[in-house]
Amino acid sequence: MSDETVFAKLRILADAAKYDASCASSGGAKRAAGKDGIGSTTGSGICHAYTPDGRCVSLLKILLTNYCLFDCAYCINRRSSNVRRARFSVEEVVQLTLAFYRRNYIEGLFLSSGIIRSPDHTMEQLVRVAKTLRQQHGFAGYIHLKTIPEASPWLIEQAGLFADRLSINLELSSERSLKRLAPEKQGGTITAAMGQMRERIAEAREERRRFSPGGQSTQIIVGADDSNDTALLRTSDMLYRHYALRRVYYSAFSPIPEASAVLPLKPPPLQREHRLYQADWLLRHYGFSVEEIAEGSQGGMLDLEVDPKLAWALKNRHRFPVDVNRAERELLLRVPGLGARAVDRILAARRHTALRLDDVARLTAGLKRARPFLITADHRPLALTDRADLRARLLAPARQLSLF
Amino acid sequence: MQHQIVLQPGADLDGFRQAVRRLVAAGAAPDGVTWQAGGADLFGAMVHDGERNGAPPVVLPRALADLIRQVVCHRDRERYALLYQAVWRVLRGEAALLQVQSDPLVHRLGRMAQSVGRDVHKMHAFVRFRRLEDASGERYLAWFEPEHYIVAAVADFFVERFRGMVWSILTPVGSLHWDRHRLDIGPPGRREQVPEQDAVEEGWRGYYASSFNPARVNPTAMRAEMPRKYWRNLPEAALIPDLVRSAPERVRAMVAQPPSAAAKRSPDRAVAAALSQAPDSLEALNRIIAAAEPLVPGGGRAVLGEGPLQPALALVGEQPGDEEDRQGRPFVGPAGQLLDRALAEAGIDRARIYLTNAVKHFKCEQRGKRRLHRSPTAGEVKQYRWWLDRELALVQPRLVVALGASAALALAGRPIAVTQERGEFRFSPGRPGYVTVHPAHLLRLPDETSRRDAYAAFVADLARASALAVA
Repeated sequence: MSDETVFAKLRILADAAKYDASCASSGGAKRAAGKDGIGSTTGSGICHAYTPDGRCVSLLKILLTNYCLFDCAYCINRRSSNVRRARFSVEEVVQLTLAFYRRNYIEGLFLSSGIIRSPDHTMEQLVRVAKTLRQQHGFAGYIHLKTIPEASPWLIEQAGLFADRLSINLELSSERSLKRLAPEKQGGTITAAMGQMRERIAEAREERRRFSPGGQSTQIIVGADDSNDTALLRTSDMLYRHYALRRVYYSAFSPIPEASAVLPLKPPPLQREHRLYQADWLLRHYGFSVEEIAEGSQGGMLDLEVDPKLAWALKNRHRFPVDVNRAERELLLRVPGLGARAVDRILAARRHTALRLDDVARLTAGLKRARPFLITADHRPLALTDRADLRARLLAPARQLSLF
Repeated sequence: MQHQIVLQPGADLDGFRQAVRRLVAAGAAPDGVTWQAGGADLFGAMVHDGERNGAPPVVLPRALADLIRQVVCHRDRERYALLYQAVWRVLRGEAALLQVQSDPLVHRLGRMAQSVGRDVHKMHAFVRFRRLEDASGERYLAWFEPEHYIVAAVADFFVERFRGMVWSILTPVGSLHWDRHRLDIGPPGRREQVPEQDAVEEGWRGYYASSFNPARVNPTAMRAEMPRKYWRNLPEAALIPDLVRSAPERVRAMVAQPPSAAAKRSPDRAVAAALSQAPDSLEALNRIIAAAEPLVPGGGRAVLGEGPLQPALALVGEQPGDEEDRQGRPFVGPAGQLLDRALAEAGIDRARIYLTNAVKHFKCEQRGKRRLHRSPTAGEVKQYRWWLDRELALVQPRLVVALGASAALALAGRPIAVTQERGEFRFSPGRPGYVTVHPAHLLRLPDETSRRDAYAAFVADLARASALAVA
């Protein structure tokens, strides 16, 4: 396993896979290694390392090969690019995964691939890796397989038997952009495969069988086309509703070596990606609608200076201040600076005591933002919500970004 | 009265529990108690085992018991005193104390528990094993420096994950040893006991460096999750300074590189590959089915359909049974024999029709030497639909007969009540069809009369379907 050529290929095929933002090893059921087996899943996943871009390394995220028949402009591995190419055998990926796993470098494998020979051939190879790990090595760690949407549907059925999570990257949210930047892909194929996976995952859960127990996720590229944030969020909202996706990942289009000429020259600010994640969170966990988030946007773009919840609150000042000791959960969740956990702590604590400002400070780290919007036993914001300069006062000082 | 409690070094949960029992029994208020951890001989006070037992257990809310279990692992010398304050207050009328996380004591204990939890999580994440092979076999060794006394607390995680390996984790405050059967919690270890390198680390470092996207450099975010204090035991961390330093130059080079024009290669080949991959003959489809993993538990080999192409009739059953699985042919078991008889009576030549099943594998459960048939679930039937659909598209029968509910579900794409919908039926996608019972159903009927009637109806159905097909 100290094979030089394998490590050389690994560098190429990890480099080729790194533009996929998803790395989560979460969402599966808890599972422990069988006798003489290896591997477990914890339910919430573990990040084993962080690279200097602040992103976590949880899974061995690689491509089986970066040779590809397709020519998607945003992709470093498109067939017209001049990047170095490499190809792993099924056995090499299996051995590499086991060697890394045994040393506790990773939670498992995230395998994707360029499309070689045919989509079916490629998908068969991916499934074979997962099957070998599970059946021949008793591997119970996490496996995330990227589904090739153009592959035959029965291969998706096979993949779901071995994977903890399946995903298909939507990449571009509009059919028009897909035509321009990924001429061989078809939006209909992608959503059909997502629909198939949604149906299978739901049936298996109901029948207590194993089929991609961690659900499915997708990725949308931000800034490679002219879709605005509201349009992206509308797409995500549709995906969460109709395809029961667990996560939509937003990947700010990043300059790549060997860039195609049809791409924009400048990458979008990373902050845009960050704000999209925050807005996505509001959609899923805070009861916001896409339209409400859009109220705090300008021209369909999220405010880069303040988070989307604060942006919404500034446009809806008439709904504040909110009394910490009385307001309902739904209303507290709308207060900038208060997260879902802080709200739950507030609800538990106020049954036993009247909360003062100091108390709230111990329940949330976001008091500075929350304060103008809150009434506590000893504090009432003096018309602060009407101040014209409230936005400026709440602006966080410029700082280095932290991306989850 | 003053009480002095002396506990074992590290996380002495047991000692703390015994002490709490004695103190509560004695009615000792927190300000009358001093706590010493890890210094039995330092202060000349001895802990006698006899003294530890005797007092009755104290009933505490579950949440507090859980909090204690975590906080005793904390490095803070005040941990036991703080915990006892909480115990005292809970027992003296503040039963819901832990729900008031705004309380300064609860807040502080919560922060301590959080810090322990984080340390446990980081130990799960950042332990790095090195492989050692010697005369006694293969072992994996790791050196780790936790912030708190969490060695025992992480043991389960590593056992559950690396059950099939022999491994040891050494730390300055204790060690774990697993020999594939038994866990030992031992004394502190030394860094030198762990091999200095492992050949796979080079691959890991290469992977780590390649995963880094220089266009998004953000060391602050990295340090928030992977603080410097862990770096010296992480083989990949040595690369960090260089990766950060060279990032701006790498990005400049990328952006400066002129965009490459798309090479003028035609996409025809790619599109053709995607279009031509669907199996275009029954043989090709059967090869795929035969090579695939069963989608039902127990399934042995794939039992493929049989019969001529473009027949008048195709009969679709539920799934192969024990006998079909052995012979690798559809409808050769007891139900198949009954079907043969009924076909003959309906004037249908079995050799001239096509026979297959909705589910291609025998779903069963092993009971001793017997394999018991189990019906496929709706989800399983649907998983096999793609194949059946393709199969029928290639066979091109004039009429498809669904034998029983599973076949009807597979053909219609939705549940069908066979007794109500029995007769002519249009399956998706616009396929002429017929719904009747499965011959196995006839075998299960309890009495002779109903069996005879049902059999006659079944024969009539087959004859009618056959007539429709040739009409």
